[in-house]
Amino acid sequence: MGEPEPDIEARRIASSARDRVRFEEEALALADQVYRVARRLVGSREEAEDLVQETYARAFRSWSSYTPGTNLRAWLLRILTNLNLDRGRKIQRTPDVQPLEEGDYYLANRMAESQGELALDQDKVVERLSQDSIVTALSSLPHDFRDVVVLVDIGEFSYADAAQILDIPIGTVMSRLHRGRRLLKQQLAEEALS
Amino acid sequence: MSHGPCDKCEELLQGYLDRELTEPERVEAELHLDGCEYCRRRYRFEETLRVYVRTTAEERMPPGLLEKLTQLRSPAP
Repeated sequence: MGEPEPDIEARRIASSARDRVRFEEEALALADQVYRVARRLVGSREEAEDLVQETYARAFRSWSSYTPGTNLRAWLLRILTNLNLDRGRKIQRTPDVQPLEEGDYYLANRMAESQGELALDQDKVVERLSQDSIVTALSSLPHDFRDVVVLVDIGEFSYADAAQILDIPIGTVMSRLHRGRRLLKQQLAEEALS
Repeated sequence: MSHGPCDKCEELLQGYLDRELTEPERVEAELHLDGCEYCRRRYRFEETLRVYVRTTAEERMPPGLLEKLTQLRSPAP
């Protein structure tokens, strides 16, 4: 009972400070990867920078709720997508999604129709897509779909990590991914063929 | 309406591309791809497109951001 012995208490504080420093350094080492995902979740570079800064401010404040040894990048992205959702709900409205009548191969099929079978040569198809068209197409996706496509395709997260980050079931990750990629291909086809 | 002959393969293909299939599913997908020219071409197309999206849409952190983040660290005790 009573106060902890002074040197034990001092050691505990020093150890906690070391843990915090290590956490901060590990988090900062992931900043480039976190930014890369943030940049495609939001519309502008400025917004992405703000979002990443808010994320790190919050992460540094609540570092003690991170469990060492778990996926820190996913932990940071979870903070980031929550912050983004809070913002998005204030300023953005999710547009209606038109159902697609074709299967998963919308882009390939449209290219094939317009160019004959040769268009299925992937290099030829991909050559027609500019960097801008990819970026524009991604940013035109409704949020729910974009979040999943960006986490899996740009962030290279597993379905399980994406599910945890967004707090949705894995099955929802899979269906949104499927739908989101179809929408992306539809956009790209329209641009490539226009 | 589907333009492809293989709806089942569409389902498998996404997991296969993302390396999310269980071992038996992966074997099933590969067996199917071996025997189906249509799906094989689609698979190559999808894979190329995915890599292209990943590399094209990547943007490095702007200079100065890391410095700003570093300043958010708590002061040394």
